[in-house]
Amino acid sequence: MSFQPVKFYQTGTFTVGNRLLPPEERSVQAQTKRFNSINSGHRACQGCGEALGARYAVDAAMEAANGQLICANATGCLEVFSTPYPETSWQVPWIHSLFGNTAAVATGIAAALKVKQLKGERRDIRVVAQGGDGGTTDIGFGCLSGMFERNDDVLYICYDNGGYMNTGIQRSSATPPAARTATTLAVGDEPGNLFGQGKFVPAIAMAHEIPYVATATVADLRDLEAKVRRAMAIRGARYLHILVPCPLGWGTASHETIRIARLAKETGIFPVFEAEHGELKSVLAIRRPLPVEDYLKPQKRYAHLFAPKARLEVIARLQQLADRNIRRYGLLEGN
Amino acid sequence: MDKPFAITLDPGSSLANKTGSWRTFRPVYVDRLPPCNAACPAGENIQGWLYHAESGDYEQAWRALTENNPLPAIMGRVCYHPCQGACNRQFVDSAVGINAVERFLGDEAIRHGWAFEKPGKSSGKRVLVVGAGPSGLSAAYHLARQGHAVEIHEAGPMAGGMMRFGIPKYRLPRDVIDAEVRRIVDLGVTLKLDTKVANIAEAMQAGRFDAAFLAVGAHIGKRAFIPAADATRIVDAVSVLRSMEGEEKPMLGRRVVVYGGGNTAIDVARTAKRLGAEEAIIVYRRTREKAPAHDSEIEEALQEGVMVKWLSTIKQAAEGEITIEKMALDDKGFPQPTGEFENLAADSVVLALGQDVDLGLLEGVPGLEVKDGVVQVGPNMMTGHAGIFAGGDMVPSERTVTVAVGHGKKAARHIDAWLAGASYAPPPKHEVATFDKLNPWYYSEAPLQVRPVLDIIRRQSTFEEVVQGLDENNALFEARRCLSCGNCFECDNCYGVCPDNAVIKLGPGKRFRFNYDYCKGCGICVTECPCGAIRMVPEEN
Repeated sequence: MSFQPVKFYQTGTFTVGNRLLPPEERSVQAQTKRFNSINSGHRACQGCGEALGARYAVDAAMEAANGQLICANATGCLEVFSTPYPETSWQVPWIHSLFGNTAAVATGIAAALKVKQLKGERRDIRVVAQGGDGGTTDIGFGCLSGMFERNDDVLYICYDNGGYMNTGIQRSSATPPAARTATTLAVGDEPGNLFGQGKFVPAIAMAHEIPYVATATVADLRDLEAKVRRAMAIRGARYLHILVPCPLGWGTASHETIRIARLAKETGIFPVFEAEHGELKSVLAIRRPLPVEDYLKPQKRYAHLFAPKARLEVIARLQQLADRNIRRYGLLEGN
Repeated sequence: MDKPFAITLDPGSSLANKTGSWRTFRPVYVDRLPPCNAACPAGENIQGWLYHAESGDYEQAWRALTENNPLPAIMGRVCYHPCQGACNRQFVDSAVGINAVERFLGDEAIRHGWAFEKPGKSSGKRVLVVGAGPSGLSAAYHLARQGHAVEIHEAGPMAGGMMRFGIPKYRLPRDVIDAEVRRIVDLGVTLKLDTKVANIAEAMQAGRFDAAFLAVGAHIGKRAFIPAADATRIVDAVSVLRSMEGEEKPMLGRRVVVYGGGNTAIDVARTAKRLGAEEAIIVYRRTREKAPAHDSEIEEALQEGVMVKWLSTIKQAAEGEITIEKMALDDKGFPQPTGEFENLAADSVVLALGQDVDLGLLEGVPGLEVKDGVVQVGPNMMTGHAGIFAGGDMVPSERTVTVAVGHGKKAARHIDAWLAGASYAPPPKHEVATFDKLNPWYYSEAPLQVRPVLDIIRRQSTFEEVVQGLDENNALFEARRCLSCGNCFECDNCYGVCPDNAVIKLGPGKRFRFNYDYCKGCGICVTECPCGAIRMVPEEN
């Protein structure tokens, strides 16, 4: 396990920091002078999970790379809300790319930096590529797969909010079954997104047998930071998939973002694990198992499962998917 | 224009975009009243002293504790800890062992000889405290710290009151009482033993006292009429417990029956067992659930072999034998006789039916009101006679050491104000931090640290202390189980979870501040605050 619980300290490892923890055991986010890679004034919605996840991940990567980091960013919510011309929220060297080519842009940067380093013109500079699930699992998937296959020295971070949120909440291949989006309306016999579709890119990344693949959520900061640290300690293609709830698209209250992410993990809907060279290495075990209803109910995108009448068979199918995750990844073990 | 190739504009920072204007609700940091503090009859700031204990600063913790209660080592042994009954951690796993940590701090203080800080300047006022029990000692301590000259007049040969003459040694070793009393005396309090105040008005005049605090307790055992043969030995519980402090141990015989269901009944039965009684039987007219004795004490007594006849009254006593009648609860829950009798062998019967107050010293004081055998006091603990205050068992209240200590503190504050010609108004209390205001996810699993208990054999034959203390490791662990309900403990959660970096971390001990220029009012910080120290309030415009 990359995530080692530190010894008991009033609230253990679950809080961001703690006055009783020695500074070296506190999270990056607990530091008074953290990088704040994505700064205040960005135009993300209230309670945006992606803005939070991006700061968690990029700050941790900056820390691991001693500030020597370049970010390539796919078009998507994250880009739109952080860089409306002429303002930018980014406090890292940051490059805009198209919706689909971030992995390729990052590959190019990494290659250029390698040449410069070989010629002695540059110190070691690390490269991160980031995008939403649309830019990763759909549009940018070809470039991403190529980056994996060539084992380019890039950490690719996908912020998964399950849809194209900034263009009006359209379905992506990461939209979960039964979820309502603008293109999978809650109408007809099988309302919401269809079952049996979509991709789980972490598993596809594992199939490429790249050095490191991990998933995380914004609800487990310490686990997320540990995974970024681990990823940054490895060379070659690495993939980190972070679940970031979207209050607008999911129809949740803005204050519930972290709670919803936690429920996704605790119900088994979203497995949190890490893998090296295609092999599962560890999971973040479920702490207090819960039925999927607890995750579905607070979200308006699943409202049609509960009213006007409860669609128990659909909920049962979603529970089966969660149970399969629990079985497949051993989410109830390894604590 | 010496900008790099293809660059025409300076990079603009999004800091220009003050997203705070989006807000309709704003988060504000609040302090809420922890339920433990709210439940403490002595008004201790429990969370406040646990906070220092958590970082291993036991002396600071002890000083914070003794701001309100000068007797932590005693309290850590005999308090029935209503704080733990209120503790929010019981909804996570089990309540924090506050009482155990308090005892650890009290014992540390005795071990290291920590002393109270000497009072500052003298007020020139003299206060008489009558009775050196918990209430009198507490009042004397607080009055002395406020700069008043305090004299305690105690009728008995030793200080401690019911703590010494009512609570057996196996629950409260006497050296603990001695140490905590000595520390109060060292503060400059004059303690006069064997000094019975026969008349309060005369005593105040003789000593030129400006005010008096009466805390004589309730020492007269209540009697009940039991038809008995002359040879039957019937004694009252208070005398039995008091005589345990003298040279002559009470003679109770091999088979002892104790009549009553309060803590005193339990204490006597356990004492009888230790004195060598083969049988110690408690007879009580109601059920275990209805008994006023604390359940943990009933449990400990049962473990030691004390037997209990619930739902029974003593009908008559003959030599070597008593007759009890079975009772049954009626619809209203009152015990009613059934006409079913049983005989029990008994060498003596000890009556533990409650205690009355000796009100002799109050004779001739105008304005005093006595009702139901206790002195009536106002919310400021003052009796009907100006300048005479009263507290502890002699006023209407629950009769516990902790309540008495609380009375002493409260009375001291009002006496202090009264002496200055003012009146004391307690600061308004914060709203209680109930469990629904917390986010318990962030509290990691941490089992209660259990205090070791003496071997059962030694509990049945000696007066050694039954419940032992925690060691430093356990006490530290236990202190850290505190959830800090309602008050920021600087876990950095709000600072970490804000998607807009709108929380400013002010550094150790200084907590945090919101940057309302950028706070969008999403409320994640409120939901993810473990201890409920942030609240959303509507924006006014």
